[in-house]
Amino acid sequence: MTDTVFIKNYIEPPFDTSEILRYMGCKEADPEVLKLVEGCINEVRSSLTYRVCYRQFTITEKDGSLDLAFVVSQSEGLRRNLGGCKSLILFAATIGLEIDRLIAKYGRLSPSKALCFQAIGAERIESLCKSFNDDMKETLAKSGFGTRPRFSPGYGDFPLEVQKDVFRVLNPAKNIGLSLNDSLLMTPSKSVTAIIGISEGSQSCIANERCDKCDKTDCTFRRL
Amino acid sequence: MTVLEYMKDHLLFLDGGMGSLLQNMGIKPGEHPERWSVSHPEIIEQIHLDYFNAGCNVVNTNCFGANTLKFDAEECDRIIKASIENAKRAAARSTNPEPKFVALDIGPCGKLLKPYGDLDFEDAVECFAGMVRSGVKHGADLIFIETMNDSYETKAALLAAKENSDLPVFVSNAYGEDGKLMTGATPAAMVAMIEGMGADAIGCNCSLGPAQLRGVVDELLANASIPVMLKPNAGLPKDVDGRAVYDVLPDEFAEEIVTQIKAGVRVAGGCCGTTPEYIKALTSKAEGLEPLPVYPKNKTVVSSYTHAVEFAESPILIGERINPTGKKRFKQALIEKDIDYILQEGVNQQDAGVQILDVNVGLPDIDEVSMLNNVMYELQAIINLPLQIDTADAVAMEKALRRYNGKAMINSVNGKEESMKAIFPLVKKYGGVVVALTLDEGGIPATAEGRIAIAKKILETAASYGIDKKDIIFDTLAMTISADPAAALATLKSLEYIKNEMGCHTSLGVSNISFGLPKREGVNSTFFAMALERGLSAAIMNPYATDMLKVYYAYRALHNLDENCADYIEFATNLVETAAAPAQAAAAKTPEDFKSQLQKAIVKGLKDQAAEVTGQLLATTDALEIIQQEIIPALDIVGKGFEEKTVYLPQLLMSAEAAKASFEVIKANMPSGQSIDKFPMVIATVHGDIHDIGKNIVKLLLENYGFKVIDLGKDVPPADIVAAVIENKAPVCGLSALMTTTVPAMEETIKLLAEQAPWCKVVVGGAVLNEDYANRIGAGKYAKDAMDTVRFADSVEI
Repeated sequence: MTDTVFIKNYIEPPFDTSEILRYMGCKEADPEVLKLVEGCINEVRSSLTYRVCYRQFTITEKDGSLDLAFVVSQSEGLRRNLGGCKSLILFAATIGLEIDRLIAKYGRLSPSKALCFQAIGAERIESLCKSFNDDMKETLAKSGFGTRPRFSPGYGDFPLEVQKDVFRVLNPAKNIGLSLNDSLLMTPSKSVTAIIGISEGSQSCIANERCDKCDKTDCTFRRL
Repeated sequence: MTVLEYMKDHLLFLDGGMGSLLQNMGIKPGEHPERWSVSHPEIIEQIHLDYFNAGCNVVNTNCFGANTLKFDAEECDRIIKASIENAKRAAARSTNPEPKFVALDIGPCGKLLKPYGDLDFEDAVECFAGMVRSGVKHGADLIFIETMNDSYETKAALLAAKENSDLPVFVSNAYGEDGKLMTGATPAAMVAMIEGMGADAIGCNCSLGPAQLRGVVDELLANASIPVMLKPNAGLPKDVDGRAVYDVLPDEFAEEIVTQIKAGVRVAGGCCGTTPEYIKALTSKAEGLEPLPVYPKNKTVVSSYTHAVEFAESPILIGERINPTGKKRFKQALIEKDIDYILQEGVNQQDAGVQILDVNVGLPDIDEVSMLNNVMYELQAIINLPLQIDTADAVAMEKALRRYNGKAMINSVNGKEESMKAIFPLVKKYGGVVVALTLDEGGIPATAEGRIAIAKKILETAASYGIDKKDIIFDTLAMTISADPAAALATLKSLEYIKNEMGCHTSLGVSNISFGLPKREGVNSTFFAMALERGLSAAIMNPYATDMLKVYYAYRALHNLDENCADYIEFATNLVETAAAPAQAAAAKTPEDFKSQLQKAIVKGLKDQAAEVTGQLLATTDALEIIQQEIIPALDIVGKGFEEKTVYLPQLLMSAEAAKASFEVIKANMPSGQSIDKFPMVIATVHGDIHDIGKNIVKLLLENYGFKVIDLGKDVPPADIVAAVIENKAPVCGLSALMTTTVPAMEETIKLLAEQAPWCKVVVGGAVLNEDYANRIGAGKYAKDAMDTVRFADSVEI
């Protein structure tokens, strides 16, 4: 365990247009929609940042709960995810405030563009998390450790309230310009906080991190 | 000796990091370090003492986040008292012979301000004001605002310091690797705002190592007329075998800072990762160095929350279109509180190339104080241009200046005693560049000499308020030559004198010159060129007037202000394309399988084309017929496709926007008083929820189908929704929520509506809702998407 929060800046991950279209609720795109997506990417691209801050914590068993050193968790979902892990990485990632400004601007003036920027933001922050995950996986593998799929406050029975503890120990406001409001929402909105379990042995869990773990089977955006 | 006296001819050394030292002393992850001032005073005192003995003059008290958002008021005061006492004891014990000062340390409050966060500006001011009052009471020598990564929060803290103390105030921001604050401000923008409000030193701290902050420091030095501070981290923490190690060591750290002291930095210390060893290295290496003098930059600058705009050789265009004078559609928007229309006017002007937006929303019968404040806030949420606050109401002016994020342009003051007495104190307190009109109690002098005399009087009076002439821009008043043939010459002559002999910048509302004449464009643009040649610094103008833009771009190219004529060429190229576009549109006249060209434009989502064709149709066809025969059937094609899942959401929205563009043209040509609206409908995202994209989509479609939508925005308290329903006698109210946590607010709103506006049907929607849930909270209708809402509204009988 280290007592310091580390900060990393990543280079722009490649854009995944099909993901952006999926977030827009578009199963097939006509040329006008593709033009819209392309135009929005060009408009926002240079103002995006890819920043992550993170810190390592040890995990101990405590009266049937998991003591994660920054919070004691009763979540069964998290227990399954972290089974066999002795430590974890807690991280916060953001692509910055500029995309929120564009979403706000076009929310007032052109909802189609607002929708598009929402989708781009979702795809960007997911891609950033993937970059960070891959980076950690690679680093930890060198010392003989593997990683688990990321797990965020608000997933299943792991309460969103934990955000307060996350913000207390990572200080993301100072480190990457990310803050939490009274409703436990983050600003910039295109941000993620999550735990990555560190497992013994360099084998990493490669389970699909997304749709098949989710209970909402009637979701519009669900991957088949 | 005060710190300001000492700084006059000495370098001032600050302390280094506190947090990393406390970690070594055993502070737990997430524990509030501020509490250690009370619980472990001897440790805090020792750290301060080590810094003083390492040669620093100022220590920051250990109360960075001791504000009422984190602690109760009583504990805040207790922490601040203990923090100051710890530092004072250390100062008394130190063997360092130099003068020593204790700075009340104020860090970010921990929450982001609106519009992106949820903290109101005035609440932020009050939060910092509490710290300042405690700091003053317990004897701090100065106030040190630091690590701020948002310009708006910086303003709140500085305002709190100024309003609650007479102590010197130092302001330091945390810049990212891109050289900007998290919310986007450049160092030059921060200088404009912070210096304008009267801070005593400006600088940067934290986030990066000293070498990486060099660009930021250079920009601060180039713009600031007050001392510049540098308080960097010891580089960035690197993970070495599970231990955090900062990558810049004391000697390297000190050397880099000394280089920057030689470039002009006068106040230096360290932030995260630095220790007394770093400060010792710094003070040793800097021994014998004399500080470079601080000289006034005399730059006339306004700023937004992202950037500064300087009045210099290249003329500045100020967009005049946010103003109801003579604009029927704009007046209607103000009366209907249609803020989106006003925002669109702002965005269009930005796209047309203006650097500043004038904002005037004065209209009899509207509450200008709240309207101006609201429009300014909304504009600053989406447009990053500096604003020129244009009002004759001093109360509205003060409220707007107080909440403006940046250094505003103020329109205006004049030579009347009463005007100067009302406006100059505001300029002094909030900062700003003020437009001064050369008129006074005797009216507008006909001669240049008369106007120059007034200008001199204004400058003298401003000086008595402590306002520098760089913050005054004179408007020598363009008056129409149709009334007085010598009018233009008087304006130009006084303008030239003020620019060249008095050394002040100038601005004109150019188009007044031709009032009452036919074909005004030629007169306006020629006068504009004449004025520029005589030294005009800025024009308040209509950016859609191509003749004016031609002069602007040509003037810059001819005066070698436009490298390689790049801006001119870009402007000229766009001009050619715009001229060619209608021809192309006319050529593409095959409506294919669409009933008409307008229908095709809407179905395909082609905004510009829809507007253009509508304009053409209006010449021959009645507005209602266009709506009934063209627009609604087109929308139905798309809406039906969406319901049958052959058209997806983005396409639906693009079509809706094209239809909206078409409606705008129809509205603009509608005789006043006549309306095409169906019944009014109130919509809102409920209290606590800030997700409004779905609600905005619903609004767009409802408007398309002819409903008069009263959009209350997001995070709207139940009482406000009920009040709007009652005021508008709305038969239907639409509520949106995205989060499970805000559904109770929706339920509460529905209950209140049932009590106070029982006639109103409530339709709800949003990601967390379904039919069942909607029934349970008492909603009249659950709409699964935007089209569903439209169909429901259409089915309501009134």
